[in-house]
Amino acid sequence: MSLSSQTLSGLQAIVGAEQVLTSQEDLIAYSYDGTAAMQQMPEAVVFPRSTEQVAQVLQWAQKARLPVVTRGSGTGLSGGSLPTPGALVLCLVKMDRILELDTKNLTLRVEAGATTQAVADASGAAGLFYPPDPGSMKISTIGGNVAENSGGLRGLKYGVTRNYVMGLRVVLADGTVLWLGNKCVKDVAGFSLKDLFIGSEGTLGVITEVLLRLIPTPQAKKTMLATFPRMDQAAETVSAIIAAQIIPCTLEFLDRTTIRCVEDYTHIGLPLDCEALLLIETDGHPAVVADETTRMEKICRDHGCQEVRVARDDAEAAQLASARRTAFSALARVSPTTILEDATVPRSELAAMVRFIQATAQKYQLRVGVFGHMGDGNLHPTVLTNERNTEEMHRVEQAFQEIFQETIRLGGTVTGEHGVGLAKKAILPKALGDESIRWMRHLRQLFDPAGILNPGKMVE
Amino acid sequence: MCNVKSCQSGAGKSWLLGLDYSVVQQCMHCGLCLPTCPTYSVTRMERHSPRGRVALARAIADGRLELTRAFAEEMYYCLGCLACMSACPAGVNYAEIFEHARAAVETERVLQTPMRRFIRWITIHWLFMDLRRLLFLGALLRLYQRSGFQSLVRRSGLLRLLPARMRELESMTPDIPARFSAAMIPPVSPARGRKRYRVAFLTGCAQDLIFSEINRDTVEVLTRNGCEVICPPRQSCCGSLHAHNGEWTLAQGLARRQIDQFPPSEFDAIISNAGGCGSHMKHYAQLLSQDPQYAERARQWDAKVKDIHEWLMEIGLAAVPQHEAPAMKVTYHESCHLAHGQRVVRQPRQVLQAIPNLTLIELPESNWCCGSAGIYNITQPEMANQLLDRKMNHIRSTSATVVANGNSGCLLQLIHGARKHQMPVRVAHPVTLLAEAYRRGDRSRTHSSGEI
Repeated sequence: MSLSSQTLSGLQAIVGAEQVLTSQEDLIAYSYDGTAAMQQMPEAVVFPRSTEQVAQVLQWAQKARLPVVTRGSGTGLSGGSLPTPGALVLCLVKMDRILELDTKNLTLRVEAGATTQAVADASGAAGLFYPPDPGSMKISTIGGNVAENSGGLRGLKYGVTRNYVMGLRVVLADGTVLWLGNKCVKDVAGFSLKDLFIGSEGTLGVITEVLLRLIPTPQAKKTMLATFPRMDQAAETVSAIIAAQIIPCTLEFLDRTTIRCVEDYTHIGLPLDCEALLLIETDGHPAVVADETTRMEKICRDHGCQEVRVARDDAEAAQLASARRTAFSALARVSPTTILEDATVPRSELAAMVRFIQATAQKYQLRVGVFGHMGDGNLHPTVLTNERNTEEMHRVEQAFQEIFQETIRLGGTVTGEHGVGLAKKAILPKALGDESIRWMRHLRQLFDPAGILNPGKMVE
Repeated sequence: MCNVKSCQSGAGKSWLLGLDYSVVQQCMHCGLCLPTCPTYSVTRMERHSPRGRVALARAIADGRLELTRAFAEEMYYCLGCLACMSACPAGVNYAEIFEHARAAVETERVLQTPMRRFIRWITIHWLFMDLRRLLFLGALLRLYQRSGFQSLVRRSGLLRLLPARMRELESMTPDIPARFSAAMIPPVSPARGRKRYRVAFLTGCAQDLIFSEINRDTVEVLTRNGCEVICPPRQSCCGSLHAHNGEWTLAQGLARRQIDQFPPSEFDAIISNAGGCGSHMKHYAQLLSQDPQYAERARQWDAKVKDIHEWLMEIGLAAVPQHEAPAMKVTYHESCHLAHGQRVVRQPRQVLQAIPNLTLIELPESNWCCGSAGIYNITQPEMANQLLDRKMNHIRSTSATVVANGNSGCLLQLIHGARKHQMPVRVAHPVTLLAEAYRRGDRSRTHSSGEI
């Protein structure tokens, strides 16, 4: 099925001919996002440069009954910006302007196509801090972050993208443009429509502008690395830290498989006989940081750590942090296909969940490294496989069925930060129950009766 | 256990001349290469990014795309700067995909035109296959320049008769030095003081033609650091120009020639002072992997090839004696192939910091391509100029009076940039700055010891 010349010329008239791509080579380049082993060719790709153009494109798409898949940099991990069959890709990367930095109200207004890094840099230049730091932040767009409610390493202490969205400009399926929110710290006027769109994965509207809340930059930061012979000890350490009313800004862990891969890749001297490695960072006022560091070091020692190292300066901090920051890279080099999954449980169940994942991996003879955000229970089981091995891919699927069943059983969620997209669509009813799914469907139908916005994603 | 239904049609085209499928499969689409890619940064189009190019290569391997003109043009639009390889978490060997793609494009003659064929024949197949021809051409150009004829032509306005593109190329013509390397460097230079190592020094092609003084400085620095330097007068091109432009057979021939002229077992190191050449020469084993007569020696060769900065720091740089030195504010532009291809990042900075009274200011986007990229600044002037302007603006922002860099192509590009932007900044190789510092150190010692 390809676009009629009439539909095509309509699009070209709206955004300009150079901003519409239809060649085979271009379409191949937009047939994927960051999700492993998923591919679908779009019909065309358009690059709007203003909210007005987005509205016109959507109105035109309604007329032409053309499904529209919104995309930023295409780094999502659940297939959210993967084209649907016969779809038009609406790519917002050229709408990347930083519009307004308000140092009195501590807000930043940007176009949706600005990268998270650009947002962080603009904030930093004014001495302010935008905390959410998804792993892809160097290239992910803020619009994509909002559509997926992206998390990051600092989630436990600082929250996620949702906590920083004060306002949104959204274009609805029929071309209506809404401005939702404002710079007020408190606002209870009417339903909070803005919250509907955060995490809506491109199904309720197209976000073209974001008003973000910034906070003051923490003055100091301290980094430490601790290794534990058993996962349970690491988990207990985390519980004890929080019970001591310390909320670190980073509380990351690596499991044994991941540690082994990191050591193979970096040769930095990680012990291979430990079951868990914790990277802990605390930030804030220097006195508080110093106190929390001392107390956390003691807690680690009290819970059986093999070794705990506190960085003495920035250089050492970077070196210690590198174990965690190269984890994904180390895992990705092992085999041709790397599937980065996302499962979250209440923090108290984390050790049990890790053990279950490891046992399931063994049962299905898969190589799986688990790492993630121990402080908030968000795990990233990472499968090292080969998509061309269909037999193994089948076992991967079965393994994850069991893993997500267990996640649900433990009171967790099938996705902590990667989103539903296509990857979690099948299991969502089991996770949420049919009634919730029904109401989510109502919502989609309300905002998009013609069903042109990212059809087939999340819930249908 | 693979049963993917693919790669049925035209093995040669689909497989991009024997590129292993696992190389293209390694890409997991994470997109972390995008922010480091100059062409993506400028165009924001996925096709002009490493992730996009790998996807196209994979599509060809799968039989979902033919070896089209658009693909061919895309692979020549890519700078080949390899910044993506430094950023890639999964270790995708983009350099291999790039070289295979260009080689396939040439074998299938996708971009063939009589003019292009002629230019490639003159340069890749003729001039750079025997450097005597290149140097002869250089001598003619030198005559043209030094006889006053060039300035006459430039002042006369005759150049206005040329198309704009030719005028720009003319303005980029480098000044040919008075003497080439062979006239300045003896075949054997003994070490000064205790001889610690025996090394071969490769004079290069463009380096020899335009920057022969840098070659002389390199040999001097080596001898001052305990190295006996073997530098025969007639050398060959390393073949990177050929390998990066799809001419593998020629590249392989040149690699064999190099290995024959400098048997790796006879040297402690084989020194290059050009980032681009050094990077290519560290991969001769891959180039000659199918040649049983050379495979083993090529492996030894790869292990011996060292960039000058890398070597100096490895053997321990002889300290520059403290002396009265003019204060210099220097910024360092990284040659892509030195930084990303060879991963030599700290050492050139360490060499610069060893020079007294030299303040090293970090250049923003220091490892971002300057647009030279081999012959890219000739074949893709628009993108090359955008990148050059971006680089010159960053250099200006540092207020440095000197920009240091370790690759001939970049040096030429920066000199052109300084002229174009009328910036009074000196462009120099770190090894030249080091040699000058050593000489000043000598003079101040002689001076002080000569005082009564």
